[in-house]
Amino acid sequence: MAIAFQTRPALVAYVTCGDPDLTTTRNVILAAFDAGAEIIELGVPFSDPVADGRVIQRASDRALGRGTTLKKVLELAADIRRRSQAGLIIFSYLNPILQMGFRRFAQAAAQAGVDGALVTDLPVEEADDYLHEMRMRRLSTIFLAAPTSTDQRLEKIAQSANGFVYAVSRTGVTGAQERLLDDARQLVIRLRRFSRLPIAVGFGISTPAQFVGVGEFAEAAVVGSAIVETIEQNPGREPEAVREFINRLFLARPPSSAKMV
Amino acid sequence: MGTTMVSKQKARGNEPFSGRFGPYGGRYVPETLMAALEELELAYDEARADRNFQRRLEYLYRHYAGRPTPLLFAERLSKSLGGAKIYLKREDLLHTGAHKINNCLGQALLVERMGKHRVIAETGAGQHGVATATVCALFGFECVVYMGSEDMRRQALNVFRMRLLGAEVRPVTSGSCTLKDAINEAMRDWVTNVRTTHYLLGSVLGAHPYPVMVRDFHRVIGREARAQILKAERKLPSLVIACVGGGSNSIGIFHAFLKDKSVGLIGVEAGGRSQSLGDHAARFQGGRPGVLQGTLSYVLQDDAGQIATTHSVSAGLDYPSVGPEHAWLKDSGRAEYVSASDEEALSACQLLAQQEGILPALESAHAIAEAAKRAPRMRPSDIVVVNVSGRGDKDVDILREKLQFDAPGALVP
Repeated sequence: MAIAFQTRPALVAYVTCGDPDLTTTRNVILAAFDAGAEIIELGVPFSDPVADGRVIQRASDRALGRGTTLKKVLELAADIRRRSQAGLIIFSYLNPILQMGFRRFAQAAAQAGVDGALVTDLPVEEADDYLHEMRMRRLSTIFLAAPTSTDQRLEKIAQSANGFVYAVSRTGVTGAQERLLDDARQLVIRLRRFSRLPIAVGFGISTPAQFVGVGEFAEAAVVGSAIVETIEQNPGREPEAVREFINRLFLARPPSSAKMV
Repeated sequence: MGTTMVSKQKARGNEPFSGRFGPYGGRYVPETLMAALEELELAYDEARADRNFQRRLEYLYRHYAGRPTPLLFAERLSKSLGGAKIYLKREDLLHTGAHKINNCLGQALLVERMGKHRVIAETGAGQHGVATATVCALFGFECVVYMGSEDMRRQALNVFRMRLLGAEVRPVTSGSCTLKDAINEAMRDWVTNVRTTHYLLGSVLGAHPYPVMVRDFHRVIGREARAQILKAERKLPSLVIACVGGGSNSIGIFHAFLKDKSVGLIGVEAGGRSQSLGDHAARFQGGRPGVLQGTLSYVLQDDAGQIATTHSVSAGLDYPSVGPEHAWLKDSGRAEYVSASDEEALSACQLLAQQEGILPALESAHAIAEAAKRAPRMRPSDIVVVNVSGRGDKDVDILREKLQFDAPGALVP
């Protein structure tokens, strides 16, 4: 069940849900879809985001301060689904999902019309029960592949992944970074030996040039911290600012890319 | 979640090297760290079987750290409490002032074996940070220690000691600015510099192989204590008592007694200032199974799975989760877990200082507090072994602030 991206590179946009509040998040997401984002990663804020840099840490704190929970994020997903058929992926740390229970989570996600999930701190070895519940409801299970992953691990990841594979562009936490595409390109080349799924490259992609650069070797680029920072810096006009940001990314794309399927 | 845990338990049993203790433990980290954990596990498995590694570790234990540590009969304390005879395992006498050096020496030898030169660590009370800075000086490693800004304030002396030893101490200002947040920041550093850096985790926490490896480096505490008490009393103790933050000193002393069913094992958590969530660090009283920082164990958290803040007068116990092997010892009934409040720990600190001339760390004072509750109810033929995991020099400022002997009109006990 590969997700078919329509443009190249397709934009996968991450937002921390509930920052600054869930209504704004909804409007930001609808604006992002309207601007051409193909998938939104609905970030569930967590108290201890070990894989995230400062920008998403701050956003998580703000969202938690507003009482955002996984349950509310799933309600938000259902609300968005009523207005758009574009891709929705839950992006969470494990503990909130574990406390809800894998079965209840998969049921609720399917009911909300979500397409799948990525659990940052759930490596494939620990994922059996999660995979079982998600597959029963035809939900995509997206896993991270890292530059440090051995070929043996990439093979396991490819076997468990569904929808697309998320290639982490570099070692490190989320957040903007100047040079990063060499590691990412090597990783994508290695991954292709084990998987025919489309590949989205993420972590540190913030500029139009990086975005377009990813398109040379991968189907999609994930932009997270740069969008979260745009939200942070534009209080009161978050959806418009995100739309403008996405427009700038797409302006750098070669004109033919929008027609690619 | 119940079915998840049961199925894993069936599939993997209680074999420690699966990385599981019953259902607890495991390896819940972002993919970027998985290769490093596999490398560490392999290096540790090889080292365990290597006689030369073991010989070097024993040499360092003996000549650098000062092992074996004495097991002291606390005669005046026992007499004043009435009841059982209390023995103290004197980990406070080790180089750097606490049991933490056992683990740091072991991991330093592993770092050398893996050919890495940069070491990072987290610290709460600063004892693990000081021990890490110490072994990094000894082995010539670059050393960065992450410490919550609140803990840096509480343990200013240890911050200075680490810097004296050549380590860089980086303040962590996120979350509650304590141990949990220092671990988050250390994990972020590790994720970034994983190819060149070893994370010298200071307790039986985190992803496999840490809980097993750190335990193994501390098992010497229990091995010595068991032999020492048999020599002194020709019988085993009724109780072994130790404080439990992450749980390294307690697992270290418990392990040698696990098969001695007559020996009760008691872990003492931080009861803090009240039983409300946020006011203590008693994971076994207010927590439930969850995943934090790489491992499945008891975690203090809210209904939605967000990790709770904690409080304890002792920075070393101020942590919302606990080593996964303790979770299993608790569920299986082999060990019992209780708590001592801030006030009880402060009193126990003075009690030991004034009865035996030993100033324990505030962490260890929690164990003393439990011994003081239990010993009077026991027979004179009973023996209680208490692990004095560290010395209290680092806590003098806090004790002074809390006890206010020098305040006008203060009652000197």
